[in-house]
Amino acid sequence: MTGWPRADGRKGIRNTVLVAYLVECAHHVCTKIARPFDETDVQVIGFSGCFPSDYGQEMMEALCTHPNVGAVQLVSLGCENFRKQELADLVRASGRPVNLVTIQSTGGTAAAVAQGREWVTAQVDALRDAPKVAMEASELVIGTICGGSDATSGLTGNPAAGRAFDRFVSEGATCIFEETGELIGCEHIMADRVSDPALRPEIIATVEKAARYYAQMGYGSFSNGNALGGLSTIEEKSLGAYAKSGSSPISGIIKPAQRAPGGGLYLLDVVPDGAPKFGFPNINDTAEIIELIACGAHAVIFVTGRGSVVGSAISPVIKVCANPETYDRMAADMDVNAGRILRGAATLDEVGDEIHDQIIALGQGAQSKSEALGHVEFVLTYKTAAGPEPGCHV
Amino acid sequence: MTDQSDGPVSGLLHLHPRDNIVVAIRPLTKGEMIEIADARIRVPRNLALGHKLALRDISAGDDVLKYGAPIGRASCDIGAGDHVHLHNLASRYTVIQDIEGTNA
Repeated sequence: MTGWPRADGRKGIRNTVLVAYLVECAHHVCTKIARPFDETDVQVIGFSGCFPSDYGQEMMEALCTHPNVGAVQLVSLGCENFRKQELADLVRASGRPVNLVTIQSTGGTAAAVAQGREWVTAQVDALRDAPKVAMEASELVIGTICGGSDATSGLTGNPAAGRAFDRFVSEGATCIFEETGELIGCEHIMADRVSDPALRPEIIATVEKAARYYAQMGYGSFSNGNALGGLSTIEEKSLGAYAKSGSSPISGIIKPAQRAPGGGLYLLDVVPDGAPKFGFPNINDTAEIIELIACGAHAVIFVTGRGSVVGSAISPVIKVCANPETYDRMAADMDVNAGRILRGAATLDEVGDEIHDQIIALGQGAQSKSEALGHVEFVLTYKTAAGPEPGCHV
Repeated sequence: MTDQSDGPVSGLLHLHPRDNIVVAIRPLTKGEMIEIADARIRVPRNLALGHKLALRDISAGDDVLKYGAPIGRASCDIGAGDHVHLHNLASRYTVIQDIEGTNA
């Protein structure tokens, strides 16, 4: 693999220019700035809220300094509460070009679009020739998520993703699995896998917190589509989801926008501490993907049974289709056909190797299906911030 | 956790030796007879891939086991060969709502 070297020592497998709105009122200007460009080169992200949010600030900081990001165009309306200068300074300090356009002081929509587009054009041209360096698998951070799950997710796609994770962990990479609300029922099994016994009660507490949180919300993380696909309980879905963590020891727990301290397998605790404050921890799969990416994920393995089509801004998503019938209908959206395991045409190890090799190929210039289709989904909502001590749970 | 990669594709999968349910790995037709794990199961209704049938009788309150681990408790007595789903299997954690009434 090769990657673009960053000042903090990390390397990117993409070199994207971000156009980021700092309140919804600046979203349209960002969309217009990005419109002439291919999604490969320029992507729109942002934080919609006008009220202050430490979580939103931390997430935007982590995303705008993500190793896959080469330059950042920030767009402010002007009167929102986002600490934009702080973000701009942080991006600049990371060695990346940054430009801040404030719509109110620039003279409105058209002027802001023109100014932003001129700057972004120059960045895209400059990044085209940016030098790359050799990159090892041990330098990768990989996230995994499952969405649009059915009973095949836990039979083929998730265990195969787990095999890929085991290989990456053995190669020294950092692997992150998540959605503690979808691990309800597995906490004691999971607690037996910790590398440090001190982590055991924390694992159980993290899942119990998720169970309490979802109970207060009134819904578990369980959709009608899950039931149509044959899943009956959150525990059943959880055990199937849990399989994607593989069998490596769990090295620690991290929070959104925190980076793991090194290689190994980490649980991302997506559920905020304390009483529910801003609603569901993550309102959809994309919100989870973005949190994995904010933890530094270069790529995300997305296992789906029912057939999700999403990709993501910033980092490529590899779609692993667990259900052979879904794959037959939606092959053009799917990178890996794990459903063929059910037809006796492949083993879990073979599909695990295929997932692993496709991730490596992303670092050798290959595009995932969702990338080629132009998927650059992005969601960031309000959430209680994790707190000021990155890595304190490790 | 599971390794179902060996063995013939019969239509039903017994994921773990302890499991008291089996999983449909293709659409099944009502009346089909399938041999699995020393049992013969007559498929009670048309079933989509991924749905579960009881491998043996399960008493109300007993754990339903998949991957060798409990996925909830039987909310009523379940007979061998019965479809196991929202109507007779209850989570110990979170109530699952049959939102559109399509999963009975």
